[in-house]
Amino acid sequence: MCGIVGLFLKDPALEPELGRLTAAMLATMSDRGPDSAGFAVYGAGQAGQTKLTLRGSSATAIEETVAEIEDAFPGAHATLHDTHAVVALPDQEVEALVKWLEREAPDTEIVGRGTRMEIFKEVGLPSSVAERFGLAGMSGTHAIGHTRMATESAVTTDGAHPYSTGGDQCLVHNGSLSNHNNLRRELRREGLDFETENDTEVAAGYLTWRMREGLSLGDALKVSLDDLDGFYTFVVGTENGFGVLRDGIACKPAVMAETDQYVAFGSEYRVLATLPGIEHARVWEPEPATVYFWER
Amino acid sequence: MPEVDLDVTPLRELNAALHRLTAETNERHWVIDHPAGRHAVAAGLNVPVTVQINGPVGYYCAGMNKFATVQIHGSAGVGVAENMMSGFVHVFGDASQSAGATGRGGLLRIDGNASSRCGISMKGIDIVVKGSVGHMSAFMAQAGNLVVFGDAGDSLGDSIYEAKLFVRGSVKSLGADCIEKEMRDEHKRTVHQLLTQAGFNGEVDPSEFKRYGSARKLYNFNVDHAGEY
Repeated sequence: MCGIVGLFLKDPALEPELGRLTAAMLATMSDRGPDSAGFAVYGAGQAGQTKLTLRGSSATAIEETVAEIEDAFPGAHATLHDTHAVVALPDQEVEALVKWLEREAPDTEIVGRGTRMEIFKEVGLPSSVAERFGLAGMSGTHAIGHTRMATESAVTTDGAHPYSTGGDQCLVHNGSLSNHNNLRRELRREGLDFETENDTEVAAGYLTWRMREGLSLGDALKVSLDDLDGFYTFVVGTENGFGVLRDGIACKPAVMAETDQYVAFGSEYRVLATLPGIEHARVWEPEPATVYFWER
Repeated sequence: MPEVDLDVTPLRELNAALHRLTAETNERHWVIDHPAGRHAVAAGLNVPVTVQINGPVGYYCAGMNKFATVQIHGSAGVGVAENMMSGFVHVFGDASQSAGATGRGGLLRIDGNASSRCGISMKGIDIVVKGSVGHMSAFMAQAGNLVVFGDAGDSLGDSIYEAKLFVRGSVKSLGADCIEKEMRDEHKRTVHQLLTQAGFNGEVDPSEFKRYGSARKLYNFNVDHAGEY
């Protein structure tokens, strides 16, 4: 199973509500994915600054790591969220911090990086995961989230979505890929690193690779229809937009709603039922093998 | 006239109350508010009552329906009226995939579009769709009629048995062993009758539809058709 949610705001007046609305959508999807949950929020960003979302083995571990980072990098500013921390620092210091983390804090994982994107994911019921990270209080322009019922790999935080596919880019997935082992081998030959046995990480890596080779996200999604075998509904987030793709058979559910204020995605209509003005929204099912993309 | 607000009354309580009804009940018209996409609303009805649902429903609404009339004033999720035995289910909005799946009888009317696999494995149900249907509709359809005012997606009627398909618009592609057939007077009469039953009185001309059905070449194994399986 698994559940996916996505909310892309067109109306800046709703931005302070983004976290609250997304948290309610995630909680509704507990039935489809009680094992783990995660979400990416596109909040405020500052030119010249990069945000790294770091995940530690525990809340105390990440707190200690963050204190050391702030000592070693006086330009860095960190915000703690349970087992995660968002560290903002000048672009030119990012590579130094990445190397520092490899050396000084090898247990700390970088789950996302970008100007605006922050990614949080943990094992547990979606509503409690959202609460631990304080999702309801977050604001931003768009968010995507995932609730997981594990099938292809174990219930671990590493197996939780979203997976980052590059700077300010991430992916959530409902379905299962049947050629992920082959594809992982091929992508490793292309120089990509994989942390887990998870199929979605391979899809994320595939898109990263295609975009590295020069394709736009939309075109990368289009060619993925030929190269990814299995069934899937993807929702992807970028710095300014979000996209949706279903495989050609489209057996994984997807429903969307659009109003003047937002575009929303849910695995089921129930997810959308709590959104403002939903009774007057245009509600439809995305077509199979068709790339949808919204930007602002 | 019982009115049930699903924001207040648990869904199981509503369904249990509907299941307790007998054919002699005086509570013949039920109104359900705030379904909010909940699953299995009014599933398993077994008496000739009318259930009016004001809003969108989730999966399997009016599933296994027998005798009852269920009106959905909103869209319906996966498998609306799946395995219906008899009665009338009317979706005023769109229907998600597998609408009317495996239905054995009764009439399903959808005013909007139905997505993929509409009427999959239908076994006697009649389905009238005012909009279009998605890919793989009427897959392995065994008996009954599917009438579509709009278009049909890819692989219509793949591996079809004896169900009859009538499409007014375009068909993107036909599935294995499904072919276009002559629309004879008896078929126009069938369509006319179905339209009348569904409440379209003289609005649509039955002769505008094309008929599709089984070429009956997959009924027996033929090694020359191995590629079709």
